[in-house]
Amino acid sequence: MNTIVAQLQRQFQGYIVSLYQQGYLDNQFTELRKLQDEGSPDFVAEVVSLFFDDCAKLINDMSTSLERPDHVDFKQVDSGVHQLKGSSSSVGARRVKSVCIAFKECCDVQNREGCLRCLQQVDYEYKMLKTKLQDLFNLEQQILQAGGTIPQVSMN
Amino acid sequence: MEVCNCIEPQWPADELLMKYQYISDFFIAIAYFSIPLELIYFVKKSAVFPYRWVLVQFGAFIVLCGATHLINLWTFTTHSRTVALVMTTAKGLTAAVSCATALMLVHIIPDLLSVKTRELFLKNKAAELDREMGLIRTQEETGRHVRMLTHEIRSTLDRHTILKTTLVELGRTLALEECALWMPTRTGLELQLSYTLRQQHPVEYTVPIQLPVINQVFGTSRAVKISPNSPVARLRPVTGKYMLGEVVAVRVPLLHLSNFQINNWPELSTKRYALMVLMLPSDSARQWHVHELELVEVVADQVAVALSHAAILEESMRARDLLMEQNVALDLARREAETAIRARNDFLAVMNHEMRTPMHAIIALSSLLQETELTPEQRLMVETILKSSNLLATLMNDVLDLSRLEDGSLQLELGTFNLHTLFREILSLIKPIAVVKKLPITLNLAPDLPEFVVGDEKRLMQIILNIVGNAVKFSKQGSISVAALVTKSDTRAADFFVVPTGSHFYLRVKVKDSGAGINPQDIPKLFTKFAQTQSLATRSSGGSGLGLAISKRFVNLMEGNIWIESDGLGKGCTAIFDVKLGISEGSNESKQSGIPKVPAIPRHANFSGLKVLVMDENGVSRMVTKGLLVHLGCEVTTVSSNEECLRVVSQEHKVVFMDVCMPGVENYQIAIRIHEKFTKQRHQRPLLVALTGNTDKSTKEKCMSFGLDGVLLKPVSLDNMRDVLSDLLERRVLYEGM
Repeated sequence: MNTIVAQLQRQFQGYIVSLYQQGYLDNQFTELRKLQDEGSPDFVAEVVSLFFDDCAKLINDMSTSLERPDHVDFKQVDSGVHQLKGSSSSVGARRVKSVCIAFKECCDVQNREGCLRCLQQVDYEYKMLKTKLQDLFNLEQQILQAGGTIPQVSMN
Repeated sequence: MEVCNCIEPQWPADELLMKYQYISDFFIAIAYFSIPLELIYFVKKSAVFPYRWVLVQFGAFIVLCGATHLINLWTFTTHSRTVALVMTTAKGLTAAVSCATALMLVHIIPDLLSVKTRELFLKNKAAELDREMGLIRTQEETGRHVRMLTHEIRSTLDRHTILKTTLVELGRTLALEECALWMPTRTGLELQLSYTLRQQHPVEYTVPIQLPVINQVFGTSRAVKISPNSPVARLRPVTGKYMLGEVVAVRVPLLHLSNFQINNWPELSTKRYALMVLMLPSDSARQWHVHELELVEVVADQVAVALSHAAILEESMRARDLLMEQNVALDLARREAETAIRARNDFLAVMNHEMRTPMHAIIALSSLLQETELTPEQRLMVETILKSSNLLATLMNDVLDLSRLEDGSLQLELGTFNLHTLFREILSLIKPIAVVKKLPITLNLAPDLPEFVVGDEKRLMQIILNIVGNAVKFSKQGSISVAALVTKSDTRAADFFVVPTGSHFYLRVKVKDSGAGINPQDIPKLFTKFAQTQSLATRSSGGSGLGLAISKRFVNLMEGNIWIESDGLGKGCTAIFDVKLGISEGSNESKQSGIPKVPAIPRHANFSGLKVLVMDENGVSRMVTKGLLVHLGCEVTTVSSNEECLRVVSQEHKVVFMDVCMPGVENYQIAIRIHEKFTKQRHQRPLLVALTGNTDKSTKEKCMSFGLDGVLLKPVSLDNMRDVLSDLLERRVLYEGM
């Protein structure tokens, strides 16, 4: 049993480290994980699912705004990007955040083409992250079910 | 011969004569008949004829006479007896009536004559009344002129206009040839011709004031007729006019302002008069009438009043101008003084720093030098250097203190300290010198003297040291006693009531020495700066004379009083002061800061139960922040908008975290509104912390300007949040965390 747990834990560690190294996540995610305790065991999961829902909604709204070429509400897009940037930095979604920064720049100069491109990229990135984190949570569940504890991973 | 009853005339009928008689009789008859008719006609016309009966009588008389004559016409020829009878009757009646009339006339004619006399009398009376009426009318017109003149004169407050108008109007009313006003000169010895009616630019012509004619005019308030040849009346060279018009002069009192008292009218013996001279036209037979003289007198009075009003106005205008000038000057002086004070303060501030730095260097290095190996002479030299520099440093501090005290910019630094210890320290400081001078010092602390008190320890020590030091300095022999007690009531100064309130008390310190004593007359001067009593004994001792002045000011700052009592030279003196100190609770109180209201909150490791409010529009951030705080043990309430935040925030929340990431200023408004909401209960206002993604200085400054207590950079790590919270709660302000 122990070995399975240990193996799973090693797998988990490796996976999460790879996520950090590939730039999907940053320190903030570590902080989030620190907040998870007996009082709130699913804290991280709740936060990231909220984040993904938020993403979906914001992206939807922004794509509606950017749809018609002659009548683009850049203000709305800007506010959406701002929200997205804030949320992504709160959860530590590093890639999403970087795209948001570029997105904001396009929005500032009112470059519709650029905005559309960024929007697509954001969409792609968050979906990627969602998949990855889903895998991570699955691993966590497996560890817990196997009776182990989720290892704390510190990034230096 | 026929006998006829005809009567023959006596004489032979002469035809011509007869004819003439006939005609005359006829005419007489007509006239006699017409007269009564005329009489009746005219009497009927007039209503006033009183004697109708006489008229009737007269009429009858005339009618009968006429009848007689008429009947006579028939008697020229032979006439019958009837005619003769009628004739006789007529004549008889006529005779009767005539006699009656004649008798009546004796009564009537005197009456008629008297009527005439009365008529004459009435006519005379009427003429007289007419004359009088004319007089009254003239007087009334004169009165009107006076009123109009007065109105003209009083309608202006300008002195020149008043006088000019007076002369013009008088000239017009009275049809004068010339009118002049003589005013007294400044010296009062001469009268100067100031205004005339006809001449536009009167020659500056003066007459001495002591002329008899002038004295005569000034002696009475009435208008006086003077000779046209008197110097005041000779205004123009006489050119061929041989009969100068009559001249009248009247005095015009010039009332001095200083004569006006509120309830007393000024006496007219002001002795300053102007002279008004009025000349009737020459070559006219006009004389001065009484009413004209009265007019002149009245006008003179009015002019006097008007002139005094004008003078008052001039005076007040002058005073106002003077005041304005003084105001401007004062303002300038004030600004200059302010500039000077500012300059001095700047100078002091700079000099203070500039002087202290080298001073500290000298003192520090000298002390260090003292610690090294030195020969005795070197040691002596270093000690002298140290002593001198300490003295100099004290002097600088004193001067700076004093100037700050005078500006009122010195603040006491309150703290808790041990009063008993303080006294013992002071004693130990002074003891060496006292021992050298062989002056035993005794300390007497009252048993009810609190041990731990709140006050400015350093300054209190300064005061006591100064006083005790003075006692030692100025005593050659004897002893010094220091007593400290709690004073309950002060009987010395009537305007200084000592009321010990619950947490305060008044400390009284008495320092008695048996030294040189002080002359009671010098006591008030003791507390002035830079003053020292000049007794020989004290000349040798140092000091700048500032000590007592500074002590007094410190004592005053501590809401107390300081004074010195002495029985005279050589009898020693006692210095006493009271100061207000606070009583402190326990002896383990740590040093408190100058803001006593907020009790210190010890550093928390966990913040269990700490109520906080998180405001963030972004759901994810909100959740993360909440998670952070919950993990630290806080009780977190979350809101997602400004309005909700305002609604929910209460005094239970100790900290409010607000996301200010959104561009624009609206976010910061919430801080202001929270401030407003809690204005009444300042110390219960929750701490406001901004969460932002911006790192620049302008955000920090903006937060500070909107009254936020701290700024945090998102995303916040757990350790960071922990540190920040404890710092915040302890110090109530945080501008780190970046």
